[in-house]
Amino acid sequence: MLQKRALMNDTRLLVPTGSGYSLRKSLRQNRTLILMCIPAIVFFFLFCYLPMPGAYIAFTKFNYNKGIFGSPFVGWKNFAFLFTSGQLTLLLRNTVLYNIAFILLGNFIPLLCAILLNEIQASWFRKVTQSIMFLPYFISAVLVSLLVYNMINYDYGFISNIVRQFGGAMPKYYSQPGAWPFIIVLVYLWQNVGYGTVIYFAAITNIDTSMIEAAKVDGANGFQRIRYIILPCLKSTLVILLLFAMGNIVKGNFGLFYNLVGGNSLLFGTTDIIETYVYRALMNNFNFSQGSAVGLFQSVVGFVIVLVANGIVKRIEPDYSLF
Amino acid sequence: MLRIQRRPGKVRLDGTDRFLRGFTYVVFSIFAILCIIPFWLIIASSFSTEAAIRRSGFTLWPADFSLYSYQLISMSPDQLIGSYIVTVAMTMLGTTVGLFFISMTGYALQRKDFPYRNGISFYIYFTSLFSAGLVPFYYLIVKVYGLKDSYWAVLLPLLMTPWLIILMKNYVKAIPHEITESGKIDGAGDFRIFWSLILPSMTPALATIGLFLALSYWNEWYYSSLFLGSQVRYRPLQYQLYNVINKVASIKNSLAASNIVLNDLPSETLKMATATLATGPIILLYPFVQRYFVAGLTVGAVKG
Repeated sequence: MLQKRALMNDTRLLVPTGSGYSLRKSLRQNRTLILMCIPAIVFFFLFCYLPMPGAYIAFTKFNYNKGIFGSPFVGWKNFAFLFTSGQLTLLLRNTVLYNIAFILLGNFIPLLCAILLNEIQASWFRKVTQSIMFLPYFISAVLVSLLVYNMINYDYGFISNIVRQFGGAMPKYYSQPGAWPFIIVLVYLWQNVGYGTVIYFAAITNIDTSMIEAAKVDGANGFQRIRYIILPCLKSTLVILLLFAMGNIVKGNFGLFYNLVGGNSLLFGTTDIIETYVYRALMNNFNFSQGSAVGLFQSVVGFVIVLVANGIVKRIEPDYSLF
Repeated sequence: MLRIQRRPGKVRLDGTDRFLRGFTYVVFSIFAILCIIPFWLIIASSFSTEAAIRRSGFTLWPADFSLYSYQLISMSPDQLIGSYIVTVAMTMLGTTVGLFFISMTGYALQRKDFPYRNGISFYIYFTSLFSAGLVPFYYLIVKVYGLKDSYWAVLLPLLMTPWLIILMKNYVKAIPHEITESGKIDGAGDFRIFWSLILPSMTPALATIGLFLALSYWNEWYYSSLFLGSQVRYRPLQYQLYNVINKVASIKNSLAASNIVLNDLPSETLKMATATLATGPIILLYPFVQRYFVAGLTVGAVKG
């Protein structure tokens, strides 16, 4: 809908059919409101729209000194190389699989937490736990990596210590690629469950309490209230949130992966995502062409998926669709 | 606030209820502890001696209490102090300017009598759907704008996001349109209405979005790692921490520059002490500001 209306506005801007006067009048009338939007318009133009033609780098053998449009054009060669070398498939697989785990666990666990939290009457307990669980969301990815290192570092780690005290053998995680999907998902949950809980808890408190009260009076126990009242009420919220999250399924969480893994190439097989690959291509290997090709591929795939997800949301719940 | 108080005891609790409640208390207590322990470990080990860590690893209580790592940092404090000044300045400037722009745009875009609001909304929103990727962005900032090694390259890209503008727009929508109408009748211009009628009535929204902005500036390390090279003497705090963690050598150099030569650098405790100093303020501030986040997210989530 937004799109349609936007188009209508555009045509009115471009083709003032015999009413150039009224366009000028409309611009003058709304002069202040337009001016108030100017900083944002300029900002997004400079930092989001102006880089777009630069995606042409993906189709060139880029030479920094010759600039973007001076570099020789090579067509789809960069993409072909990334596909045939299997690199792109690996990156896509890792990015998508991690995101599926993040989306599913990162929604269901907070949902569960919020439902349980709602069962507790003591508001001080609710407040204190919500505050504490929210704390990890506040810290930078840099600090998160240090916390993880503190825990599982082979020589000095807190968990390594405990394992050793009980006579177990601590694996050397920083050279074991197989362990990292679990570690990364756990760290992600550690940082995000509190945030999600707050959002779902808000959705639950929005449910008409009289329904829950009535169920209580009718003798429904905790499980029954959750099963027959709270869950059905949250269904649409959950579906919408999941679908929108699916729209971002090819976008990786750069900060988390880059800080936890960094340049540790032993782990790349299971931890390298699109963002980390592009970053290294740019900052370490100065391979602008390939970095750009991977980035463009990601943008296009992501865009298509958002359109599809939005189409589905529009079918289920037209009010919630993005455009 | 209308909220029906639910009193326990009115309705008889049966076994499953009691089980559910007990289970919840246990789960949440464990989770809360898991959220705190990592922070505690960092602080505790920053007060430990390097030898104790080498001997028995990171422990909940420093085996040998020591202030050595803090003393080392205080011997050449200018690096950390400089980082603090850079971060605080960027956070204050970026948050103020960003908040001003975001609230101004948010107000204009929710005005129903503003004919261009959908066009501009879509123009802003589209940037979150499609982007050119990191490489062209990097090229533009470095080669076209010439902002390599400039703090502007870190400050500017964080000023606003489509999501924050949409959130702000939703907040302002909740303010009755009559306020704008009454301002118009009194002959006030649109900016005047925004500045003296709307802004004062939206402090909770300003607090929440301001906190999001401030947090993104305080935790900034990404743009710094892209654009601030080794020529930049004072890095933003979290990027400085990143460097300390990944290149303990960089501290050695900075100490050597101050004519302090160490054969055996306490690298682990130094990391922890730097982390404590770089993150301390946000943790201390956290109890006072977190309620704005909770309140703000709640409103945002409800409005969808």
